[in-house]
Amino acid sequence: MIKLQDITKVYPMGKKELEVLRGIDLTIDKGELVAIMGPSGSGKTTLLNLIGCLDTPTSGSYYLEGREVSRLSSGELAMVRGQKVGFVFQTFNLLPRLSALANVELGLRYSGGSNHHRATEALARVGLSDRANHRPAELSGGEQQRVAIARALAKNPPLILADEPTGNLDSRSGEEIISILTSLHSEQGITLLVVTHDASIANRCQRIIYLKDGQVVAEEKV
Amino acid sequence: MKKWFEPFSTAWNGVVTHKLRSFLTMLGIVIGVAAVISLMSIGRGATADILERIGSMGSNLVTISPGAFTYRGVSGAAGSSQTLTLEDAEAISEQIPYVAAVAPSYSSNLQLVVGGENTNARVTGVTPEYWEVQNLEIANGAFFSEYDYQRGMKVAVLGSNVKETLFGDANPIGQQMRMGSIIVRVTGVLESKGQMFGSSPDDAILIPLTVMQQTVAQPRTAQGKRVVSSIALMVSDEERSDYVVEEVTSLLRTRHQLGALDDDDFNIMSVEEISETISEATTTMTLLLGAIAAISLLVGGIGVMNIMLVSVLERTREIGIRKALGARERDIWIQFLLEAAFLTFAGGIIGVIVGWAVSYMVSATGFMTTLVTADIVILAVSVSVAIGLFFGFYPAWNASRLNPIEALRSE
Repeated sequence: MIKLQDITKVYPMGKKELEVLRGIDLTIDKGELVAIMGPSGSGKTTLLNLIGCLDTPTSGSYYLEGREVSRLSSGELAMVRGQKVGFVFQTFNLLPRLSALANVELGLRYSGGSNHHRATEALARVGLSDRANHRPAELSGGEQQRVAIARALAKNPPLILADEPTGNLDSRSGEEIISILTSLHSEQGITLLVVTHDASIANRCQRIIYLKDGQVVAEEKV
Repeated sequence: MKKWFEPFSTAWNGVVTHKLRSFLTMLGIVIGVAAVISLMSIGRGATADILERIGSMGSNLVTISPGAFTYRGVSGAAGSSQTLTLEDAEAISEQIPYVAAVAPSYSSNLQLVVGGENTNARVTGVTPEYWEVQNLEIANGAFFSEYDYQRGMKVAVLGSNVKETLFGDANPIGQQMRMGSIIVRVTGVLESKGQMFGSSPDDAILIPLTVMQQTVAQPRTAQGKRVVSSIALMVSDEERSDYVVEEVTSLLRTRHQLGALDDDDFNIMSVEEISETISEATTTMTLLLGAIAAISLLVGGIGVMNIMLVSVLERTREIGIRKALGARERDIWIQFLLEAAFLTFAGGIIGVIVGWAVSYMVSATGFMTTLVTADIVILAVSVSVAIGLFFGFYPAWNASRLNPIEALRSE
């Protein structure tokens, strides 16, 4: 599903350069549930952005479903994101002026067109059918994150990437989010990558990858 | 939802979810378009009004006057040269083709006494062809006939204003009035035509030229020819106006024995030519008014760009989210461009309505005629949409070029 070969990412920082990723080799199979852990600044989010085709590596190769995507143009990358990848962010990233349902429909907007029926289904999948017409401000943090999951889910992508999905939530809502995500994995066979600080969440995954200073320092099967 | 429709609905949502901002953006365009519509309608109205008045003089009229002919109709005053003669008029009638009728006239100030009223008025001696050449209509009674003219019958036809002043509401037909040393009988009243360059047939008192010659000593030139104040011609074919003007000019130059280097000692003007000159002038004025209004439209367009730029900044995060969801640069670009076009299109439509209302109110005051024409409306709306696309281009391009990761990180 995902194959990274000697991936590096360097950001220019004034005159110096900041090496965020330093030679990552990583393979993730279809249907895996993987946690990525590591201290702040270890490159977790940068790695996730690369895997999610939001960014391209400075060097190295990235194959997504067998296709080399590390050298694609920004328009082609956008197509890949639209077709293959669902994002769940720490800060939810819902559009505040749209209703929950409209936010979910937005997830379909750039990948084949809005579809009211599929959006409603996705909202039902996360248990929010009754809040379809509420705006994000009228929803709790946990509910907002569930809308975000429904948005990622609606287009039925093979890959969902979650960047600290529970980081802004209390433990009870966080637990809800994790159970929804793990059930997506177990019931629909979606490949799921979760960046987290929380060991209890990581332990519910199949594999844990530890990053430090832009390198994979350890891997562990749960 | 249909796929082609989605960019429109996305852009439309962008407009309606930021109502106040959208309204303020539109306001500049509304004012600009309203200004264009109302000012152009005033310009067009003035043009149409003037041309209609000229048309009422008869579009096949050619007038010849001595010396300094001016639009204001003060020609033939004491100082101007006495170069035109009755013989000139006869020569034109006999020698120039496409001339349907020739009407020489001689004007003079005479003492008028009606009842107890004693006034001084300008009286014009004319031939029977005069009313036809000048495109006059009779409201009451009749114009004098060829027979009356030949016999020198002492009759008069009054303009509507003159009739009002001298007789009020009473019926003047058959009434007598003292005019200098003779007494004339009123036989007709002219239909009112309104003011035209300061002179109007409404103020005319017309008597047969033969009677005029008996009443005042008509001056003669050195060659003994009878001087007239002006000669009016009716051209049988409007298309031939220019030709007739040329032929008459060369005939009169010959008759007046002017050398090749001498200026004309008369003025000749066809209504055709006057209306062309005037409509050129008013069209220029209309364009000038339109140009001034277009400046406000331009300012409105800059306002659109300003607000779109702010809007892109403010919605950086939204753009990041859309990009993360798979929006291509083109999608973002089209979204913001369409938003700008929607705003300016709606602004243009509202501007047309406001401008129309303004021009309606202006014409309702009665001071000015206004004319809203379809071409101005279409022009104003399409120009405002073009402004939206033009000034929306840069902000939209900016938005599309945002890096999704940085855009997502922005607050």
